[in-house]
Amino acid sequence: MSAENIYKPYLMRIEKITEEAPGVRTFRLVFADEEEGKNFAFQAGQFGLYSVFGEGESTFCIASPPTRKGYIECTFREMGRVTKALAKCEEGDIIGFRGPYGNIFPLEDWKGKNLLFIAGGIALPPLRCVILNALDLRDRFKEITIIYGARTVADLVYKHELEEWSKRGDVKVITTVDPGGETPDWKGPVGFVPAVLEKAAPKSENTIALVCGPPIMIKLTLPVLARLGFTPENIFSTLENRMKCGVGKCGRCNVGKVFVCKDGPVFTLAQLNTMPQEY
Amino acid sequence: MEELRKKARELLETGAVKVVIGYGKGSGQNARAVFVRKAEYADKLICDESCVQNLAVYLTKPEVKALGKPAIVAKLPVLRTILQLAAENQIAEGDLVVLGVSPDGKIIDLQNFKAIEDYVAQFPFELTPEQKAEIEKIGKMSLEERWQYWQEQFGRCLKCYACRAACPLCYCSRCLVECNQPQWVPAAPHAIGNLEWHIVRAMHLAGRCTNCGDCERACPVGIQLSLLNLKLAEEVLKNFKTRAGASSKAEYALGNWKEEDKENFIK
Amino acid sequence: MLGTFEKMDIERKLLKKDSLDKLFEKIKGSGRRILAPVQKDNMITFEEVSSPGELAQDYVQTTLSAKGAVFPRCEELFSYKFEGKDVKVEERKSEPKPTVIFGLRPCDAASFAVLNSVFSWDYQDSLFKSRLEKTTVISVSCAKADEYCFCTSVGGGPGETKGSDILLTQIESGDYLAEIVTEKGRGIVALAPELFVPAPTEDKERYLVKLPKQFDLKTLNEKLAKNFDNTELWIEQSLRCLGCGACAFVCPACVCFDMQDEANKKGGVRLRCWDSCGFSLFTLHTSGHNPRSAQSQRWRQRVMHKFAYMPERQNFIGCVGCGRCSRLCPVDMNLLEHLKEIVESRD
Repeated sequence: MSAENIYKPYLMRIEKITEEAPGVRTFRLVFADEEEGKNFAFQAGQFGLYSVFGEGESTFCIASPPTRKGYIECTFREMGRVTKALAKCEEGDIIGFRGPYGNIFPLEDWKGKNLLFIAGGIALPPLRCVILNALDLRDRFKEITIIYGARTVADLVYKHELEEWSKRGDVKVITTVDPGGETPDWKGPVGFVPAVLEKAAPKSENTIALVCGPPIMIKLTLPVLARLGFTPENIFSTLENRMKCGVGKCGRCNVGKVFVCKDGPVFTLAQLNTMPQEY
Repeated sequence: MEELRKKARELLETGAVKVVIGYGKGSGQNARAVFVRKAEYADKLICDESCVQNLAVYLTKPEVKALGKPAIVAKLPVLRTILQLAAENQIAEGDLVVLGVSPDGKIIDLQNFKAIEDYVAQFPFELTPEQKAEIEKIGKMSLEERWQYWQEQFGRCLKCYACRAACPLCYCSRCLVECNQPQWVPAAPHAIGNLEWHIVRAMHLAGRCTNCGDCERACPVGIQLSLLNLKLAEEVLKNFKTRAGASSKAEYALGNWKEEDKENFIK
Repeated sequence: MLGTFEKMDIERKLLKKDSLDKLFEKIKGSGRRILAPVQKDNMITFEEVSSPGELAQDYVQTTLSAKGAVFPRCEELFSYKFEGKDVKVEERKSEPKPTVIFGLRPCDAASFAVLNSVFSWDYQDSLFKSRLEKTTVISVSCAKADEYCFCTSVGGGPGETKGSDILLTQIESGDYLAEIVTEKGRGIVALAPELFVPAPTEDKERYLVKLPKQFDLKTLNEKLAKNFDNTELWIEQSLRCLGCGACAFVCPACVCFDMQDEANKKGGVRLRCWDSCGFSLFTLHTSGHNPRSAQSQRWRQRVMHKFAYMPERQNFIGCVGCGRCSRLCPVDMNLLEHLKEIVESRD
């Protein structure tokens, strides 16, 4: 990306496409220009604007961790014009990428702490970046717990990675599906994420909680975390809003005086509590 | 005016309506739309030559509908629009109270749509001499001149959509131009984007527009929009013998096929 | 005799009214285009002119602002070509033309700094900056105002030099008191130094319209902070608002934009065009969720963004008090009136 034109995207080649769930895909992208790829760096939590030239841009977090060089990954669901066009792309196609934008999950501050990841449905991707980042630097953190649920078994994303993480000895993984979403051979728990969280009752002492999910899940999860003793400063989440420029100029992603693209997308609950409920 | 205020007070006091949509004093010499909900504020209502906005635009606006059953101060252009909105099933008899206002400022009792139709029939729509002259002037232009004329007009367009916002008949909850799969009409304010927008809008209004002129009044850059709609209204009249705003049961000329429709455009 | 607006490093000269023709000639001769207010039907807009004779006369304010000179209503960000599976991205080839904007009001001159505060914040918008760098502003102070003007309430004034490279004030003789404010202004003087003669000791202030402050900004800020959740206030003020973009598009300080791709099988462009927070589409998510689904929320956003968020984040008020939004609003949403109502609202 030229230092001159902040709207000009990097050219990225789609190296690998993974079908995660119905309508949900992960792209592994490499920089078409190797030099640009070598100089590219980002931190967990940041997002980018992914272009289909001729259609427009769409905003997704960078779902791969900064500890893995040479590529970035994004996961998206087919919803509108741009994501439908992305879904038609094939391995080898060129798309655009602008980033990294936004603020970060402060992993540096979490050395020696327990990490609790709570995610629902298509909201696992923003946390996957942090999970993999933490796993790549495993001995910096104490206990790592992942509680993830989706509506049905088919809707679970990163299925093979969830399995890998479960097989490691040093991560506790609880994958659940909503009541009615289980298949006959489903061996895991069945229940909504907030309920499963309450049952698992992870300790709040010296623990950072990261929560990402549909608004209803977040609404019901926060009281559970409060009951478990988590303080608002130790609960992290991400916000999404309609974006166009991604760099704080087009004026549309603000929640009150906060721009989600510049001051976010990562926010602590303490910060969210000071913001108007206009999102 | 006092009669109007009295009637408004009555309607609000008896609870017959929840809001009176009318005109009040605005900035400078202008009037502005007011929404009187308490009988003691009925004195805010005015009705004179400064009151030109087509208030019918508020009959389909969600924020105003949420206030409850309205009474609406309706001069002739507004009455025509009310009939057309009724013809398009956007309002039903009994949904609103119509406070008709005659050209010389008297309140007219219009109990139902039939009464409005009968009243409006006394004032058949006619182009003003200025409008006739403008349309003739453009009609006499060669195709090239006409193209240049409209290119200049549309060249000013900023895509602010004030024309659409002010139009009581542009009530689509999702305007065509807001569709991006595909992007039928380019959103950007360049030559083709502007031309397509205005043509599409004029065509969508052909046979429906009651020629109140609010689109042109709303336009911040003075595009002569009403000429397009006036011309198309004349074309619809010529070809389908119907004009919008005359009946609450009118059929949409471009949406109905009749055996006697001429197909002389197929060559 | 120094007026109250005088700053130590501003040079004062006299530009005789008969010298304007020659000045325009010299400016054009230097390769610059001149944009100035021109009467077109019943509107006054900034157009390219060659001589002062084309200038509109006797008006308070132009219909549209001059922001299009630095922030066009439709601008190409870059273009691209499809070559098989590959895409080639190309940047804009042409450089913006050096421009002199002549005849701006001081409120409009101040607005460029507001626009710049957004485009130069953190990420530098080179498209905007390259235009601003090539733009010289020669403003004309205000002898008249109308009831929609409120520059003095937002830190401006009919003779303020903020944002101008040269400010002209017409004095009794018909000649212009010229305040040369910046290096760029000095650059214009250097084109024809003989036209800028020593200034008489005139007090600029007697030629300026008296425009008393209509509200206190600090109070407005305090009231806004208290009234975010006062839904009734925002609904009342915006009941008649139709949700068009006229106010945002005529405003010299409004900078929100949209990005659109237009392409065919061979290639296309990514455009940036003016957008308005008043449109419901502005914040609509693809899922259908809209954080600002009611017009009252969008009206609140407009007021808060200009008078609360921008001052707090960027130290700039997002409004210069030019009054265009109110003059051109199809439903008479008088911003000054709305702001005064907020300031005077009970706690």
